[in-house]
Amino acid sequence: MILAVIFGILKGSVDLNFSELFSKENRQILNLRLVRVILAIIAGSGLSVCGIVLQAILRNPLAEPYLLGTSSGAGLGAVIALTVGIAVTYIPFAAFIGAILSTLLVYYISRHRGKIGVQSLILSGIIVSIAFSAIILFLLSTSERETLHGISWWLWGNLEVFDFKLLLIVGAVVALGIFTVYMFSQDLNAISIGEEEAIHLGINVELMKKILLFLVSLITAAIISVCGVIGFVGLIIPHMARLIIGPNHRLLIPVSCILSSAFMILCDSFARTLFSPSEIPIGVITAIVGAPIFIILLKKSEA
Amino acid sequence: MDILLKADKICGGYTNKPVINNVSLEIKQGDFLGIIGPNGGGKSTLLRLMSRALTPTEGRIVLSGKDLRKISPKEVAQKIAFIPQLTLINFSFTVWEIVLMGRIPHLSRMQPEGKKDFSIAERALSLTDTLHLRNRKIDELSAGERQRVIIAKALAQEPLLLFLDEPTSHLDIAHQVQTLDLLTDLNQKNNLSIVIVLHDLNLASEYCKKIILLDNGKIFKEGTPDYVLTYQNIESLYRTVVVVKDNPVTSKPHILLIPGNKKLEHGENSVTPQNR
Repeated sequence: MILAVIFGILKGSVDLNFSELFSKENRQILNLRLVRVILAIIAGSGLSVCGIVLQAILRNPLAEPYLLGTSSGAGLGAVIALTVGIAVTYIPFAAFIGAILSTLLVYYISRHRGKIGVQSLILSGIIVSIAFSAIILFLLSTSERETLHGISWWLWGNLEVFDFKLLLIVGAVVALGIFTVYMFSQDLNAISIGEEEAIHLGINVELMKKILLFLVSLITAAIISVCGVIGFVGLIIPHMARLIIGPNHRLLIPVSCILSSAFMILCDSFARTLFSPSEIPIGVITAIVGAPIFIILLKKSEA
Repeated sequence: MDILLKADKICGGYTNKPVINNVSLEIKQGDFLGIIGPNGGGKSTLLRLMSRALTPTEGRIVLSGKDLRKISPKEVAQKIAFIPQLTLINFSFTVWEIVLMGRIPHLSRMQPEGKKDFSIAERALSLTDTLHLRNRKIDELSAGERQRVIIAKALAQEPLLLFLDEPTSHLDIAHQVQTLDLLTDLNQKNNLSIVIVLHDLNLASEYCKKIILLDNGKIFKEGTPDYVLTYQNIESLYRTVVVVKDNPVTSKPHILLIPGNKKLEHGENSVTPQNR
C-alpha cells in the first residue's frame, strides 16, 4: 500500500520527477495528487468494508455494496438535479439523498413483520435498481446532450476532488462507519455461519442487521456522492483478502482496507495516465481489471 | 435433582399459525430428553420457544429460576447451546475460529479471548475428539467431523443445557451412532443435560432416557422409551403400521416398519396381535 501511495503521487498527467514534484512551484500538483490518494483510500476502504458486511449478512459471497439500490438511487438523484438545473456543486447532496432514499425503499420493501429477509433484501434491491435505472435512462434520453456527458462521467466514477470540505465530511463518515462495523467483527463471524447460530450465541440478530445495513447505506451513499459509482472494489477486494487471511472479520476488515486502498490508488493512477492528458473514469478501470480477477476467483473456488 | 428449565402451559409459534398449544414440561439436570412426533407436530418450534429464539404467546418459561423473557439473549446463550438442523458454512473458517465463536456469549463486544477461553475451547475440541482438526478449514471436513466441531462450539459455550434439532438427519448410520454416542458420553460424564429433536424413532429409543411424543402442538405421551414407543401410540399418530420388538442387545423398543399398510382400519388389521 505504501508503494501504491508513492506510485499514486508520482504518476500523473504531467510528467514530473521526484525532485520536481516536491519543488515549490509544483506544490499545487502535489497537493492535488495527495488529495486524490486520500480519496482513493477512503472510497476503497469504505466500499470493501460495505461489501464484507453484506456478504456476511446475506451469507452470499457475491453481494456488493450497490446491492441495496444505492448506486441507482444516487444516479437518479444526480440526474434529477442536473435536469432540473441545480448547480454542479450540489450534485453530491442530490446523489446522497437519492442513495439514502433508495436504500430506505429497498429496506421497506424487504421488511416483513419487523424482520428483514435475506432473499427479499436481494430481490427488492434488484427491483429498485432496475426501476431507477430505467428512470435514469428515460431522463437522459429526453434531456439535452450536454448534461449527458457529465452524467455518464459521474456514473462511472472519478476521484476528482472539487470540494475539500466535502472530502473531510465523507472521510469522517466513512472512518466512523468502518470503526463501528469493526466493533461488530465477532458478530459478523457468527452471522456468516448462520442467522440461527448467531441468535443462539446470544446476538440480537435483527437489531444488528438494522445497524449494519444503515451503516452500509450511509458509507456507500457518502462515497458515491463524491466519487460516483465505482464498481467491483466492494466485490473483489473482500474475496482477495479472504483468500489471503481467511474469513475472520477481525483480520478481514483491516486487511481489506489496506488492499482496497492500494487497488484504488493504482486504478486511479492508470485512469489519469493511460490516455493522458484525458482521464478515464476510474469505474471503467476497476471494472476492466476487476472482472477478469473475479472470473478467475470464481473458477478457482469452483474447482 | 435440579430443575433447569420449566415450561408452564406455553403456546406459540409463528405469527399467523400458533404451533405449540398448551405444553408444559420440565427439564432436570442430567436429562437426556428426546422430542419426537410426526412432521409439523411442532418439535422444532418447541425447541426454539424454549431457547428464546421464539417468544411464547401464552404461558411462561423459567430458566434456572428466572423468567426467560426477563433474561437477555446473551445470558440465555450462556446457559443454552443450540445446534440447528443443518449448518451450511459458506466461508472457510478454521475449526479453531468456529469453536472460539462459542465464547461469544461470555465475552463483551471487542473483548479478545483470553487464556481461559482458549483452554475452554481446547477442552471442547478434545471432548469431541476434534483437537487434531484444529487448524483445518470447516468446509473441508466430512459431515461427521463437521457435526463434531459444531458440538464442540456448543460445548465452548459451557451450557447447562444442550438443544439439538435433528443433528443426525444428514449423517450416515456410522456418523449417527458416533454423534449420539458422543452426546451420551457428555450426558453421563459431564452431566450435560440434553434435549434432542429426532425423526428416527429407533435412535430416540436407544439413546433417550425420556421421550416426549408431540402431536399437533400438544404432548401426546411422555415417559420412558418403553412407555412411549408402543405400537398403539405410533400407529395412531403416524398412521402407519408398525411392529415393536425389543432390540436383542439393548432390550430397548425397536420399531419395524410394515410396508403396504398405509392406513389402519379398525378391525381390519393385517398384522395380527400374535405377530407383534
